[in-house]
Amino acid sequence: MSDAANPPVDDVANEGNDDALGAFASGVETTEQFPLQVEGLRKSFGGITAVDGASFEVEAGTLTGLIGPNGAGKSTTFNLITGMLKPDSGTVTFNGEDITGLEPHEIANRGMVRTFQIARELSDMTVLENMMLAPKQQRGEKLWRSVAPVVRDDVREQEEELLERVWEVLDFFDIDHIAHEYAGNLSGGQRKLLEMARALLTDPDMLLLDEPFAGVNPTLEKKLLTHIHELREQGYTFLLVEHDMDLIMNNCEHVIVLHQGKVLTEGTPDDIRSNEDVIEAYLGGNV
Amino acid sequence: MSVRDDIAARIPGGDAGLIVLILASAYLLYILAGIGLGYDLRGQLNSIATLTFYIGIFAMLSLALNLHWGYTGLFNIGIVGFMAVGVYVMALVSKPVFVAGGAAQVGGLGLPLWVGIIAGMLAAAILGLVVALPALRLRADYLAIVTIAMSEIVRFSFLSGNLQEFNLFGTKVGFGGGSGLILDFVPPLEALFRSVGLWGVYLGFVEAFQAIVPRNPKPVVDGLIYGALLLGFVAVYFWLLKRTGESPFGRVLKAIREDEDVANALGKNTDGFKIKSFMLGCALMGLAGILWLMPQGAVTPNFFRPRVTFFVWIALIIGGAGSNTGSVLGGAVFAAVLYQGPRYFQNLVGTVFPNLDSPSGFGQAISPLISQFDPVPLLLYTVDSIRQLQLVVMGLVLIWLMHNRPEGLLGHRKETASVISLDRPKSMTAADGGTDGEVRTDGGVTEDDSTAAVEGGASDE
Repeated sequence: MSDAANPPVDDVANEGNDDALGAFASGVETTEQFPLQVEGLRKSFGGITAVDGASFEVEAGTLTGLIGPNGAGKSTTFNLITGMLKPDSGTVTFNGEDITGLEPHEIANRGMVRTFQIARELSDMTVLENMMLAPKQQRGEKLWRSVAPVVRDDVREQEEELLERVWEVLDFFDIDHIAHEYAGNLSGGQRKLLEMARALLTDPDMLLLDEPFAGVNPTLEKKLLTHIHELREQGYTFLLVEHDMDLIMNNCEHVIVLHQGKVLTEGTPDDIRSNEDVIEAYLGGNV
Repeated sequence: MSVRDDIAARIPGGDAGLIVLILASAYLLYILAGIGLGYDLRGQLNSIATLTFYIGIFAMLSLALNLHWGYTGLFNIGIVGFMAVGVYVMALVSKPVFVAGGAAQVGGLGLPLWVGIIAGMLAAAILGLVVALPALRLRADYLAIVTIAMSEIVRFSFLSGNLQEFNLFGTKVGFGGGSGLILDFVPPLEALFRSVGLWGVYLGFVEAFQAIVPRNPKPVVDGLIYGALLLGFVAVYFWLLKRTGESPFGRVLKAIREDEDVANALGKNTDGFKIKSFMLGCALMGLAGILWLMPQGAVTPNFFRPRVTFFVWIALIIGGAGSNTGSVLGGAVFAAVLYQGPRYFQNLVGTVFPNLDSPSGFGQAISPLISQFDPVPLLLYTVDSIRQLQLVVMGLVLIWLMHNRPEGLLGHRKETASVISLDRPKSMTAADGGTDGEVRTDGGVTEDDSTAAVEGGASDE
């Protein structure tokens, strides 16, 4: 278990204010070589087996792509890892701890945060409220602390620290100009940026991005990728579900191919590119 | 959006100005109606006291419901059940111990009134927990079904003969069944003033009031003071819920209302937050029920029919769910116009036209219209049955609101869920790197750093 998994939020704001990235990232100190390990994951809905014994590992500090044709079980796998669904069998291990069957919030609090395929902004909250929501272990999340007269000053103090972090992240993602806007009024691309920014504010070790580039224009896509690479160099680990093969091949160090709920193959982009099975799976042949 | 903006913009003081204006007009209307009805000063003061009483009660209930629905998105249509439990538990704890031959059929535990009030609130909160535990995991509409069923179960339980009387700690207590329960404890105002040692002062004040109301001024003063006390409770509710909403706690509640999965995926234990919010709101509903019935002298289970729940919903919808200011406003407008208004209107018509002979049935009312095109009997009949028509009027208002103003008078306010203003901290400089006119990568074009908003990205307003 890394030290970074549960840092007190108020310490974070004091770090490296000069560096936009350092300001909101407390630094990732994952000790495990493979922070995420998935073993024999299985889930069926009625008669359909969506995930059928998938096993893989994600190496620390990498950008790992998870690809597969439609219906291969990518989104279900994501939901099983992050606790949105409970697996029928199999285990998920994060930073050396068995997290199978934990609630989504318990998993998020251990440092693994996801984004959604269709951006799920909180429409009737402003961008700033969306962002302020994310940081973990806020004192004011205790009802009595928020209400009681003297204690509320502590909450106020922490809110001020959080607000600085939030504005730094807004600047970093270049969405500071829409900070006061209701999230429901944003464009599709802006929502994607908001979601990633919001996920980062939870101070995770690992981010699971479900098709972060779907519906995003090429300029923004490039920008998002730049952000992802910068964050990866800092030590964040990424698992990325994506349809765009070229994008995966050009950006990921490691690629896992899912097919019919199982891991078909995995390896470097070059391995995958030349793999006959993968080509067949994507062209719809019988494997 | 424009209508509300217009209203708020035209009134000095914004929301506060609007509240003052609406309250002032309500009181003015009632005073004018009182003059029309030929009330003397005593009658006028009583009428103001009653109006204040219902404004206070509905503002409190509507604020509590706003925490459930406006903030957390919990569809509670069992409000009246929590009120009933509050009142009955308060009565059980605070009624004097049973004495054979007394007026009351059953006794209570004889504890001070404030102990009873706290016990009543706790009981309402615990009932909230019991309802919430299985139901909160379900989607919103299931919670609604569970809560309304619960409120009817509560009513039937208090109606039931099995709970009419039983022994607790060796004394005969009970809930009185269908015949109701006499609330024979010390009157609340007396208990309050005695506990702070001001009862003598209060009686002196009542004495002095004889200068204004010569004969037996006590009931008049009691009514006015109790009304003022309720407004004090409204202020406390408002303060409490405003702080609850404008905090990280309130932020999570809002997030749950918007999309519970997202809040959960960001590491918030949403079930825990929902239960806390639900229990707090239930306790506040219990207290509002206690304050409503405490001075009435008696309580029967059938007071707690589901329509009271829908009164509170109408009040909240008028004011605008999601806004505490709007909740108070909605409570006031509902109490003045829809709840008390029809009765005053009927009395007024009866006073202005004292010799009206209204038809005794719908048939006699409608037949002159059909045979002789004479609408007067129907009109008279309508006025005569306006109290029965009250619910119809409320339904029509609700339908009109849903079509034309679903956000309410003050709905959709920017009551930011944070302790501090979320503007860029002064210590931080704006983003560098010349953004003037630069094409943003998100598809929008910025003109000015802070005001550009979402030109390119705004999909709807």
